[in-house]
Amino acid sequence: MAMHPKKFGVWLFMVSVVMIFGALTSAYMVRQAEGNWLDFELPTMFWVTTGIILLSSATMHWAYLSVKKNNIETARVAISITAVLGVAFLVGQWMGWTQLVAAGIHLVGRDASAVSGSFLYVISGLHGLHVVSGVIFVLVVLVAIFRFKIHSKNLAQMEMCATYWHFLDGLWLYLFVFLLLYR
Amino acid sequence: MATTDIHIQHDVHHHDDHSHDEHHEGNFWTTYIFSQDHKTIAKQFLITGIFWALVGGTLSVIFRLQLGFPDMNLEWLKPILGGWITPEGKLDPEFYLALVTMHGTIMVFFVLTAGLSGTFSNFLIPLQVGARDMASGFLNMLSYWFFFLSSMVMLVSFFLETGPAAGGWTVYPPLSALPQAIKGSGMGMTLWLVSMALFIVSSLLGSINYITTVINMRTHGMSFTRLPLTIWAFFFTAIIGVLSFPVLFSAALLLIFDRSFGTSFYLSDIFIGGEALPHTGGSPILFQHLFWFLGHPEVYIVLLPALGISSEIIATNSRKPIFGYKAMIGSMLFIAILSFIVWAHHMFVTGMNPFLGSIFMLLTLIIAVPSAVKIFNYVTTLWKGNIRFTPGMLFSIGLVSFFLTGGITGIFLGNSAIDIQLHDTYFVVAHFHLVMGSASFFGMLAGIYHWFPKMFGRMMNAKLGYLHFWCTFIGVYLVFFPMHYIGIAGFPRRYYSWTNFETFSGFADLNMLVSIAAIVTLSAQFIFLFNFFYSMFRGRLAPANPWNATTLEWTTPRNPQHGNWPGEIPSVYRWPYDYSKPGAKDDFIPQTIPYSETPESNLPHENELIKLETSNGHGAIIVEGKH
Repeated sequence: MAMHPKKFGVWLFMVSVVMIFGALTSAYMVRQAEGNWLDFELPTMFWVTTGIILLSSATMHWAYLSVKKNNIETARVAISITAVLGVAFLVGQWMGWTQLVAAGIHLVGRDASAVSGSFLYVISGLHGLHVVSGVIFVLVVLVAIFRFKIHSKNLAQMEMCATYWHFLDGLWLYLFVFLLLYR
Repeated sequence: MATTDIHIQHDVHHHDDHSHDEHHEGNFWTTYIFSQDHKTIAKQFLITGIFWALVGGTLSVIFRLQLGFPDMNLEWLKPILGGWITPEGKLDPEFYLALVTMHGTIMVFFVLTAGLSGTFSNFLIPLQVGARDMASGFLNMLSYWFFFLSSMVMLVSFFLETGPAAGGWTVYPPLSALPQAIKGSGMGMTLWLVSMALFIVSSLLGSINYITTVINMRTHGMSFTRLPLTIWAFFFTAIIGVLSFPVLFSAALLLIFDRSFGTSFYLSDIFIGGEALPHTGGSPILFQHLFWFLGHPEVYIVLLPALGISSEIIATNSRKPIFGYKAMIGSMLFIAILSFIVWAHHMFVTGMNPFLGSIFMLLTLIIAVPSAVKIFNYVTTLWKGNIRFTPGMLFSIGLVSFFLTGGITGIFLGNSAIDIQLHDTYFVVAHFHLVMGSASFFGMLAGIYHWFPKMFGRMMNAKLGYLHFWCTFIGVYLVFFPMHYIGIAGFPRRYYSWTNFETFSGFADLNMLVSIAAIVTLSAQFIFLFNFFYSMFRGRLAPANPWNATTLEWTTPRNPQHGNWPGEIPSVYRWPYDYSKPGAKDDFIPQTIPYSETPESNLPHENELIKLETSNGHGAIIVEGKH
């Protein structure tokens, strides 16, 4: 049953993040069920960012496989692309917010139904904050790969980073589909 | 740093190549302040917890003065409380609410969560599962310093002109969300939220470490069925923490948005001074759902470690195996699961659908089943035991007593119909102070008395321990028992002044008794404090195994150094409760003694296990001991 303790810790951390978003999305549903709810369209930019983060998961896996095969050159390219895509996702989310503002959906609204917009901003914003932490982790791994600190004999950090990154991808997919279904 | 590197290896049980005879001569800072050693971190949590327990206890005595002696002139408190004493020599009513709020917050989170789990999970998990240290010493250190930061932020809020948060420890909006509502909802509440956010980080770091260590870093032969019940309790506590504290974070996050950014998650159409606030459409009940989804599991975060500690101490000092080892684990698991699906029993009077209420009532009452299993197991462990009344044992038995008396009133309160009368009365106060407050507090004290020899290498004075126990035990009952009566009469909690109500004026004498008992109980804690600090330096030197216990921590040197065991970590061959085994030479067999060395006391199936034991114990890990 024994596992690398730190990897296990990453899994537990992800469990607690799931609980945070579980709480927020349940709060969302409870509030929505009370009525007085503004129906909204998700900004088109969110479709693009969903594509970006899916792609970044693929490049992350590519980086992982390259490191595993000791193709450090390829791994450098792949992890760099992942980092760029991570930043692109964040920029895209920001642009999505500007689209929301243009559509008249604000964090703070004047009438009772505006709370749906507040939820939208808080949920996507908090996810974005987690992606910021993920990008920092990717950058740490990137530096380690460039310094030959990560290779097929020393994969733990790479694996933890990949796990967390795929998790953030999966988390966004959940939030995106949730927001699509429960507008 | 050596210990953090050992985990890279594939087999986490092999630490042999890492010699711990070498000295880690750290300087003062790395040894005592920014230490990554689990024992030092545990002591840091303990000392900070004791500090907060004193602060929290003193706060309660101040508001008990107001309740027990409504006409008293409190002018003499002016040097400490300054402007919070009105010119008439009275306690400021808003400060009274701040006192109640801070007492609750400090006791629940800082003392009985960080002080209890932080101390004993950190101290005992590596020592009892046979590990050099926690999975991540660095995160463990961060966990303490986040807690320290959190408690400093809370401390700072006492010195604000508007005072600390005053909306109750449950910080229900709209009271907590609107600075116009009460002074404490201004900066004090902001600091409360900051402090709690830091606390949640600390708690999560700790919990993740505890779970990881228990699952991944057990020594050879330490299967799950050979874990002491303390470890099982800390393990479940940490799991509950990982699942529930993030929800408090979400609740607090939305509250922060409502307070600071003008959103309306919880706030709905409020008029103050005839003017409408911009908030509209929010649901204050939503906060209560989110809060109590943490809040109820939190009760078990506080209680389970204490139950685990008392299981261990009662078995050791009854010189008997714990009765129903697996039933104890099962009941803790059941309690842990149930703790997540009963939260709405705190909200019976929020206008909840009565049908929903009856479901939560049913689930709540089911908790009585595993709780009763635990109490019966304690009693049957004590039954016909060769009981040694050490101070730790007395406090553990005291815990069982409080757990029973406080638990029974839980059955009253869990009924949604009876709760209509009892909600927010002193009956509730009496209930949770006994079942969760005092029981956990006694578990903490029991743990300190029992493991003090391992923590500081010296014994605490037993005579002072007995005095401390009897004063505290009788004191606690004198404080909380009368509260049941005034609670049933409808006396509401959190009221600053009750003398204007004809109905309640008959309770002046009971309230006075409660207040006097509270003062005496708090004073008795100074006996403990003296004993604790005096024994730390001047106590009798502790023998290697002062209580003749079976668990692994007593196989370490008197003052275990960084890495806990010089040389190899011992292997484990049996469960931790081989006390008074028929045929055995002594009345206890440590976990490190193989069955091959105890042919006189082995049961038939244990003789079967001998051939699986090799001299170095490496074969023993395959064996799941049957008990």
